[in-house]
Amino acid sequence: MTTATFSLATVAPALPEIVLLVLASALLVADLFLKGGAARRATYWLAQASLAATVAAVLAQVGEPAAVTFHGMYVADLLAQVLKVAALVAVMATLFMSRTYLELRGLLTGEFLCLALFGALGMMVMISAHHFITLYLGLELMALSQYAMVGLERDSPRATEAAMKYFILGALASGLLLYGMSMLYGATGSLELTRVAYAIERGSAHALLGAFGLVFVVAGIAFKLGAAPFHMWIPDVYHGAATPTTLYIGAAPKLAALGFVLRLLAVGLQGMSADWQQMLVALAVVSLLVGNVVAIAQANLKRMLAYSTIAHMGFLLLGVIAGNDDGYSAALFYAIAYAIMTLGSFGMILLLSRAGFEAERIDDFRGLNQRSRWYAFMMLVLMFSLAGIPPTAGFFAKLSVLEAVLQAGYTWLVVYAVLLSVVGAFYYLRIVRLMYMEAPEGELTLDPRRDARWVLSAAGLATLALGIVPAPLLDLCMRAITASM
Amino acid sequence: MLQDPLLSLAIWVPIAFGIAVLAVADDRAPAPARWTALAGSILGFAVCIPLWAGFRPVADMQFVEMAPWIARFNVSYHLGVDGISMPLILLNSLMTVLVVVAHWEVVTEKVGQYLAAFLIMSGLINGTFAALDAILFYVFFEGMLIPMFLIIGVWGGPNRVYAAVKFFLYTLLGSLLMLATFIYLYSATNGSFEILDYQKLALPMGPQVLIFLAMFMSFAVKVPMWPVHTWLPDAHVEAPTGGSVILAAITLKIGGYGFLRFNLPIAPDASHALAGFMIALSLVAIVYIGLVALVQADMKKLIAYSSIAHMGFVTLGFFIFTADGMLGGLVQMISHGFVSAALFLCVGVLYDRIHSRQISDYGGVANTMPVFAAFFVLFAMANSGLPGTSGFVGEFLVILGTMKVSFWYTFLAATTLVTGAAYTLWMVKRVVYGAVASPKVAALRDVGARELVFLVILAVAVLALGVYPKPLADVASPTLQQLLRHVEQGKAG
Repeated sequence: MTTATFSLATVAPALPEIVLLVLASALLVADLFLKGGAARRATYWLAQASLAATVAAVLAQVGEPAAVTFHGMYVADLLAQVLKVAALVAVMATLFMSRTYLELRGLLTGEFLCLALFGALGMMVMISAHHFITLYLGLELMALSQYAMVGLERDSPRATEAAMKYFILGALASGLLLYGMSMLYGATGSLELTRVAYAIERGSAHALLGAFGLVFVVAGIAFKLGAAPFHMWIPDVYHGAATPTTLYIGAAPKLAALGFVLRLLAVGLQGMSADWQQMLVALAVVSLLVGNVVAIAQANLKRMLAYSTIAHMGFLLLGVIAGNDDGYSAALFYAIAYAIMTLGSFGMILLLSRAGFEAERIDDFRGLNQRSRWYAFMMLVLMFSLAGIPPTAGFFAKLSVLEAVLQAGYTWLVVYAVLLSVVGAFYYLRIVRLMYMEAPEGELTLDPRRDARWVLSAAGLATLALGIVPAPLLDLCMRAITASM
Repeated sequence: MLQDPLLSLAIWVPIAFGIAVLAVADDRAPAPARWTALAGSILGFAVCIPLWAGFRPVADMQFVEMAPWIARFNVSYHLGVDGISMPLILLNSLMTVLVVVAHWEVVTEKVGQYLAAFLIMSGLINGTFAALDAILFYVFFEGMLIPMFLIIGVWGGPNRVYAAVKFFLYTLLGSLLMLATFIYLYSATNGSFEILDYQKLALPMGPQVLIFLAMFMSFAVKVPMWPVHTWLPDAHVEAPTGGSVILAAITLKIGGYGFLRFNLPIAPDASHALAGFMIALSLVAIVYIGLVALVQADMKKLIAYSSIAHMGFVTLGFFIFTADGMLGGLVQMISHGFVSAALFLCVGVLYDRIHSRQISDYGGVANTMPVFAAFFVLFAMANSGLPGTSGFVGEFLVILGTMKVSFWYTFLAATTLVTGAAYTLWMVKRVVYGAVASPKVAALRDVGARELVFLVILAVAVLALGVYPKPLADVASPTLQQLLRHVEQGKAG
């Protein structure tokens, strides 16, 4: 170990995190002195500005060579930059879409915004982690913020129950993960990812202990991603939390979780890929089955999308299973496309909700086409994209994953995934059917805020645009992976 | 040689107009949407005419356009047509014009969206026929499902939602298996999504059979072949007239086209090995579905079942591997496009007046609608394969080709001459002839000028193809002969 030297050069790669940390802390303090409606609005815009400043700080780093700093605990590379920008933009979009909903329910508090910012900081740390400890720190910072956000609606028994479940199961998963990491440390003698990888490659790692550690780590990952059979918290939390929180949990953290998986499995434990591939295959197979089949039976849109998330995480894991650059970049594309689709589909619930009314039943979408043609069309695009029908982003996401899986030699897995996609199409189709082929109930009220509508339309249009011109993002994902692996 | 991007125009003109229709659509004043759609469909047809005029009767791909699309997967925007696809593009663009003409006055709900769906679908179908890149093909092929799903589900009959979902899921299952095949071929060719590369790729028998079966699932559902045909009667009955026309005249043809473009050239040895199976399914469709058609009480259902039987001829023609059979199958596809479209439009004309598709609600229509009756009888004759109409040419060629292979196949196929005539003419007899059956029929008024437009166009097409099919044969023959040689050669090594 060298002695700690803090020069500007060692700190510079972490500048975006520092910016966000400082601004979030400042917001925490400022919120104490800002009271009343106008001040609340100021807090909101300050939060958005903090996120925007962080995005700018990340973008300023693009083009610089990959840098590992803080004694190998932290890495700033293209993969990190892509994931961070995507995650931060997703958080910004979440806040834009949630503003009216939160205001009407008195939830637009400084606490919510600060937790959102700290959660985003956790995601960034996860994405840039190069060390078991950093990975864990980032994960916990994100998770703790989310537990609190779910429980923020403290008068709602449903939300409290969800927060409780989420916290207990999440703590269990963190425990598993930590236990696994400690075993891996015992097996390889290091916590830094490249050294772990080196020890495994050299054959100096204790094989049995390493394998045990791997099992725990994979279980922890599966829980955090929400892959079956570690998925039980997803429907309850998605359903129980206030929709903005669901949107927050559903979109950006998936990107961070993918970063986590890639750092841990593809960088740190690449030498054990034969072992973890088998485990991920099992997880993916079960997730695709459970997610797609159980989603059919749901009457609540949030629960349906929760099960659809499980299925999509199965697909995401398929990309990781391939175990090569093709697969990782496919998974990266999938995660970004999925985040956009989630923002759109949950955003639609927010857009249609009003004071005292949650548009979260599937039946609330009945006849949407007659009430608003544009938003029905946006929802149609999002649903077909989730189902993987071209020309949408979802199709190319599925295509690139399946291509990588087939290259890796799992032909049966491709056929299996394809067959379950048909099952999946059934329930997405149900939404389209209700919107276009049924008569509407009640009056339409849309979120009066233009920013929310623009963000939602942007998500829908981005889904369509990525289905027509997917090449730039596919190339970017490939470059990010090759530069970072 | 630099040439106009005609195929791109054929694809994007209807789609652009479809979007324009959406932009001008206003449900209270549908006129602008209607005229925009008419202009779009006519322009879309007009850009296809040079395709016919400039087509050289050789087997090569023509009007080729090529541009990189997704470099990461070697996917390109690669278009081109040969003697098989060019006539189908022309057919589709013509049908779109007729559908737009036919909807006038009839569709009154959400007119803009209705027309936009048809125009966008027309462009996507042209793309399906013109695509030479597997992923591009797939995008058009699947994208087409979305407007069709909405057309059936939004503007269809009482049981439309069930029919639309059934249609969508049946087709999706098949096409996803095809997608898996494309990905397999992509790795087998070391990274190519070019359909023409797949045709040249040497493959052992095992993979060929699997590829054949996966693509069979996809295209057999579209054709549709027995026993995966059950979505078709539901979809047809519940679809609005325009939807039925496009379904029968065009989307079924995509199935036949798929066999010619994918199954036969990519898996020729498997095609040979499984020809018996394909012929058996085709004969079941011809004989059994013909009998099912006989007992239908609903006119649209009857025509739907008759479509399945006629498409049985198409697949029979393709899988007996004779020049006559192939050409017969193709002519039958085009002819069935005209005839089935015409019959569905005729039923639509009656339905618009009485709002019933039941044969028993009619009778003696000839007394009140003599002009209409004349057209209806002509198309019915074409449907039963009367010489001088287009229906005869295709069936005759297929039977001729089959005779070279097996007497018993021919015998079974030829039963359609009896059953086809029986179900069609019996329907005509019950609907058109006899005494006026009810006051409703007595109150019928004959076809107007607008309806005459599409009836005359289709009558001319049916007769022209029946009397002088040579232009079509000249266009298609070189391609078909080359395909036949390719299939005979095989590629299992």
